[in-house]
Amino acid sequence: MNGPTRRETFLLGAAALVPAGAMAQEAPRRGGVMTVHFATEQRILNPSLQASTGVYIVGGKMQEALLDLDAQGNPVGVLAESWESTPDGLTHVFRLRRGVTWHDGRPFTSADVQFTAMEMWKRILNYGTELQRFLTEVQTPDPHTAIFKYERPMPQGLLLRAMPDLGYISPKHVFEGGDIRQNPANTAPVGTGPFRFVQYERGQHIIAERNPNYWREGMPYLDRIVWRVVTDRAAAAAQMESGQLLFSPYSALSIADMQRLGRDPRFEATTRGNEGNVRNNTLEFNFRNPVLADARVRKAIAHAINVPFFIENFLGPFAKVGTGPIPSVSTDYYPGVVQPQYGFDLALANRLLDEAGQRRGAGGQRFSLRLHPAPWGEDIALWSTFIQQSLQQVGIRVEIVRLDAAGFLRTVYNDHNFDLATGWHQYRSDPAVSTTVWYRSGSPRGAPWTNQWGWTDPRIDEIIDRAATEVDPARRRALYADFVRAVQTELPLWMPIEQIFVSVFNRRLRNVANNPRWASSTWHDTWLAS
Amino acid sequence: MRVFRLALRRLAASLPTLLLILMGMFLLLQLAPGDTVDALMAQMGGGDPALAEELRRFYGLDVGVAAQLWRYLVRLVTLDLGFSAIYGKPVATVILERLPPTILLMASSLSFAFFFGLVLGVLAARRVNRWPDTVISTLGLIFYATPSFWFGLMAIVLFSVYLQWLPAGGFGDITQSYTGIAAVLDIARHLVLPTMTLGLIFLAIYLRIMRASMLEVLSLDFVRTARAKGLTETRVVAKHVLRNAMLPMVTLIGLQAGTMLGGSVVVESVFALPGLGRLAYESVVQRDLNTLLGIVFVSALLVIVINFLVDILYARLDPRIAAGS
Repeated sequence: MNGPTRRETFLLGAAALVPAGAMAQEAPRRGGVMTVHFATEQRILNPSLQASTGVYIVGGKMQEALLDLDAQGNPVGVLAESWESTPDGLTHVFRLRRGVTWHDGRPFTSADVQFTAMEMWKRILNYGTELQRFLTEVQTPDPHTAIFKYERPMPQGLLLRAMPDLGYISPKHVFEGGDIRQNPANTAPVGTGPFRFVQYERGQHIIAERNPNYWREGMPYLDRIVWRVVTDRAAAAAQMESGQLLFSPYSALSIADMQRLGRDPRFEATTRGNEGNVRNNTLEFNFRNPVLADARVRKAIAHAINVPFFIENFLGPFAKVGTGPIPSVSTDYYPGVVQPQYGFDLALANRLLDEAGQRRGAGGQRFSLRLHPAPWGEDIALWSTFIQQSLQQVGIRVEIVRLDAAGFLRTVYNDHNFDLATGWHQYRSDPAVSTTVWYRSGSPRGAPWTNQWGWTDPRIDEIIDRAATEVDPARRRALYADFVRAVQTELPLWMPIEQIFVSVFNRRLRNVANNPRWASSTWHDTWLAS
Repeated sequence: MRVFRLALRRLAASLPTLLLILMGMFLLLQLAPGDTVDALMAQMGGGDPALAEELRRFYGLDVGVAAQLWRYLVRLVTLDLGFSAIYGKPVATVILERLPPTILLMASSLSFAFFFGLVLGVLAARRVNRWPDTVISTLGLIFYATPSFWFGLMAIVLFSVYLQWLPAGGFGDITQSYTGIAAVLDIARHLVLPTMTLGLIFLAIYLRIMRASMLEVLSLDFVRTARAKGLTETRVVAKHVLRNAMLPMVTLIGLQAGTMLGGSVVVESVFALPGLGRLAYESVVQRDLNTLLGIVFVSALLVIVINFLVDILYARLDPRIAAGS
């Protein structure tokens, strides 16, 4: 990189002369409207009922979770001030923040936590239902203490890591009595967050304004947040350039536009602030096809694809080679580069296929497969074409079958009518939240992003189960290393690419990307330079 | 009164067609793999199957296809369009919210295309095979051949990003709160680019039709008579040719009103307008049957109404048509 510019050198020099306190950062400016790109409209905005980035990007400013992540990625209290757990992992106590009120003026208490946990997380929230399966009750000895009781040990690390995404609280007095799913507050959230819901015009925009009674003194800085629904990627990039949008989250622009805007001094395109939202590009094998049930064929397919070449030429700086189902940003559980890995080696791929008895026939072709790419993400479309062309070289003909979201999920995960499928595996803070389900057997037919491959390995199942309830962090870490080694050897599916979502900011926005799930977090300290 | 009776008769005659269209759409959407719960799962990023089953019950998908269709038709008789799965509101409300931008965009682009198509067509016909004709015809060809999303994006790049004259998208400036005249002007500013984009392709068609129709009428005997009477050329064109040359144009309006409703998905997406086209697209992707059928129903009604108006206009332009029916 370049050294400091003359101006920066001057400032550095000046800093040495001025006493430390006076040399604070730019003083935050109050006021201003932040406009945010909202690419896919959601049915609801309540993050206690739906865990997805599309909900957090809006609902996460109006409702708050018990915990969030700090700049270093460690759990930090939001609605909870402190927490402790018993050594057996069966009891977890959260002490709640005092003096917090809902947007309608009612006080926030442990009854809200109890109601949300039992009625929403345990019964409706996706991933929450699995996480809280063994939650038996939430005791509320006083308005500021919530005691979570579990039937089986719940590792404290898992619970705390999951809470920022799966720990949003909804007001009991708004939701109790009546059908929770149909409550109007699901699209007009009532929360404790820094911004208050104002208006939702479907297909156009959502507006929230500053919450004057917010519990963090003097915050938030912004007057309003406006989410604009823009479905066309190119049009959204143009709106960024014309200043109608100031922030486009979660890789919602085309790869070319993100790179182009990243070079423009008015904008920043970065993976910073999204470290908690990692995804892997997958290659999923259907074991019901006897050809793919042979491990040699699966390994040959992996060896036939030049992953570094694909990343360098198609994805650019926002991706890197993946080494297994637990991504490298997972500071607690990443086991390092565990063998075996599947580097590009055409000769080896051909030899493995020959050994598996799949000899080349007429025209050098061995067999043909159908590949179902998931319809989300430009990278998946590119990746599927790259797989097709790569496998052609080793004599495997690939037919790409493109379906929309509903069609893809139904065909692959319910009807099992595919040979190869490719999409995203999303890592959510802890392997037990949404990673091991891709490998654990016994997942009912139709559950998307779970083991629907027709493959079972009792040894791997056992590792997964033990790790999920292991309360000792070191032993848990070792179990997940075993897990990665085992699934890399068996290769029921392959996760060769690791990507972090890209945010594009207008540089007028300040205090952005200052935690690993910033786009989902509260934005209480974000401000807009004039 | 006669007009009213005619309207009723038309509507009655369209009912069987409407029913067939609705049933066809319903069955067609059954052919697409996956249902609205799969679409919701895709949006949520996963969930367990017990939850999916509960959601299917919630959306009324736990019964067979025939039963679902029957339920829908029974509701339709009572003019109940049902509940939208993606929006969590009655379909009628959802459509009503989307109707004003759609109709505004449709009306403005149709008028734009009709007016300029007419003027340019007349100009081209009067200077046939000379340079104005060549220029206008070439322009028409370019407008016709260029995809509208490209036009839209280029217009945004030029007028919004570089010149900063017009907004890049949306139906109004939501960071400000305008009222009265200011609000109307604000919406008008937002509609300039979409209107041009959607209108240009239709302008090209109108222009070609008008030119051909003018040339044909100009060669007829009554025009020669008018000229022989010693009328000026302007008078001949305005009084005698134009009215007769208009008939094919009016027919086209009737045909294209329907196309414009559906054809604006692209323009609505590029300019982020909350119209019916995008709603229909969204409801297909999300397998929201009620909303999709509701849109088909309303669009069909709209097309019937417009065609009826066109028929009345015919009679005004050419009294022989009214006398014949």
